[in-house]
Amino acid sequence: MTAAAPNYELIQQDDLETSLLEVSMGPHHPSTHGVFRMDVKLDGETVVDLKPVFGYLHRNHEKLAESMSYLASMPFTDRLDYFNSMTNNWAYALAAEQLIEIEIPERAEYLRVIMSELTRLVNHVSLVGFFVNDLGALGTPLLYAFREREKILDLFEQASGARMMCNYFRFGGLRCDVPEGWLDRTREVVDRFPKFLDEYEKLLCENEIILSRTQDVGNLSKELAISAGITGPMLRASGVNYDIRKVDNYGIYDRFKFRVPYSKGEVGDCYDRFMVRMLEMRESIEILKQALDGIESGPIMGNAGKVFKPAKAEAYGRVEAPKGELGFYLVADGTTQPYRYRVRPPSFINLTVLQDMCIGQQVADAVIILGSIDIVLGEVDR
Amino acid sequence: MSLLGGGIFKGMAVTLRNFVGSYFDKERLTTKEYAWRNDDKLPERAGDYPKEEAEQLSDTTTVTHYSRNFPMLLHDEGEPMDTVRCVACQICERECPPQCIYIEKSKDKKERGGNKAQFYPATFDIDVSVCMSCQICVEVCPFDAIVMNSQFELSTPDRFGGLLLRRDDLLKSNDYYHKIHPEEAAARDKRIADEKAAKEAKKKAAEEAKKKAAEAKAKAEAKAKAKEEMGGIEKPTETPDTPPADTKKEGNAE
Repeated sequence: MTAAAPNYELIQQDDLETSLLEVSMGPHHPSTHGVFRMDVKLDGETVVDLKPVFGYLHRNHEKLAESMSYLASMPFTDRLDYFNSMTNNWAYALAAEQLIEIEIPERAEYLRVIMSELTRLVNHVSLVGFFVNDLGALGTPLLYAFREREKILDLFEQASGARMMCNYFRFGGLRCDVPEGWLDRTREVVDRFPKFLDEYEKLLCENEIILSRTQDVGNLSKELAISAGITGPMLRASGVNYDIRKVDNYGIYDRFKFRVPYSKGEVGDCYDRFMVRMLEMRESIEILKQALDGIESGPIMGNAGKVFKPAKAEAYGRVEAPKGELGFYLVADGTTQPYRYRVRPPSFINLTVLQDMCIGQQVADAVIILGSIDIVLGEVDR
Repeated sequence: MSLLGGGIFKGMAVTLRNFVGSYFDKERLTTKEYAWRNDDKLPERAGDYPKEEAEQLSDTTTVTHYSRNFPMLLHDEGEPMDTVRCVACQICERECPPQCIYIEKSKDKKERGGNKAQFYPATFDIDVSVCMSCQICVEVCPFDAIVMNSQFELSTPDRFGGLLLRRDDLLKSNDYYHKIHPEEAAARDKRIADEKAAKEAKKKAAEEAKKKAAEAKAKAEAKAKAKEEMGGIEKPTETPDTPPADTKKEGNAE
């Protein structure tokens, strides 16, 4: 995927020798985008070559999961993409549920959809905050975003006991039912969210500084996006209508009416990626409203045995995580531990086109392009 | 784009509205007081926690009763070690994903709460610097002996020893559990009571079945005796002495 650096001729002047400057950007603050380094070759302000360096956060997730029982690696999946522990749980549960015959109760399916769409709101709203933070809008939009995110995290805490490391899904259902009154509180948050989005759009979408900084920056063509295996909002921003919720209809997504926003233009710049996420939040709210209307009381756990011990088989479960296609590939060898456990992380694969997007851009834009990819290093490095 | 910079002014209006609104509307506040219960007052200085409440309950009043932090061992009313629910079966030790639990089984058995004598944990350590609060130990425990605490003020100058919670640090009463997780504790107690009632009903049914079997046997014997007295033409068929169907072996689950 990595295109060679273009044949770049240095500006040579009489009596003056110029050369490329190598800058190592990062690895710095562990909370903006994680511990990530870009080795950038610059000619003046222009990026000539870029090499992403990662692995600082590697913690042996896959091998670790092969040495413990199936259930025991469920809490570790929370730590992959620590913004979206609910969708990570779902992808893993989906893969494991293919290994055994199990029926998931109706209420659990609805709660899964609700949790997953709330997660999407959390991810997109904070991503937009971080993105404009990278642009230099320090604090204000990010704090507005975090204020709304906090309300959803409170809901997660009430349901699962933790704000971020939820560990809520189980093979065949959910760990526990939501407490009394939780659905009403969720409805309150969901009903108030569009008002916040209106305000947020007013604050950001027409801002001339954002427009001039993001439009026509970090273009990603449709062809390259498809051939590089890009998924999620980033692929849709490049003009491909592809959403696993529509393609696979996993869970009960076929029951909900929602649209998939994608860019009509062929540019696929940072502004497209930003806008696709803004629009996706509206659709998530639509799904949430329908799910909250449709949910009924009932059991939340299927008839799974106490010990999870599938027969020899392999399975691949994937969901549309907020960042793209998150898949888990499991090979069972008839014991209580997986023989092979593999994660297909969306942020890692979306990161592979960073070099192609950055070459020829200004060095300050490289930061925004990285921000628009939406990566979490917990997932990239695993 | 009508006016250059129009979008910026529009955005400025939003920030102004948020700034002014934050004085009137609580929803607009980005930060809020971290006190959740209405009757709860935050202490004026760090370390100034009200101590009248038993144990470290005061540490946990600033978090919701849904939140979980690190595990604790439950005991019922009475001396902690006389009523501890844990029987040192070591399932949690085996299942713990980061392997932070260390248990040593006792050599002798001890009777607790009217049940039959069981082992108890001679050592039960949880290294909270390793624990990741995932609650798997709570799920796998068949005796409802381990649940999540929400106490979070555990900072200590001793990096290794101070963060290694020993058995006696972990022992907490069921009352304390009811205080920090009222809903969850009530549901758990109800489930335990239901299970106990179901077990008792089963036991009763089993006893009745046994009684019936014994009666039937006595009847058959009497019949046989009568027949023998009458001349003994027919050999009596002995009622097989089978145990009643429902005496499922409970083993450690008592």
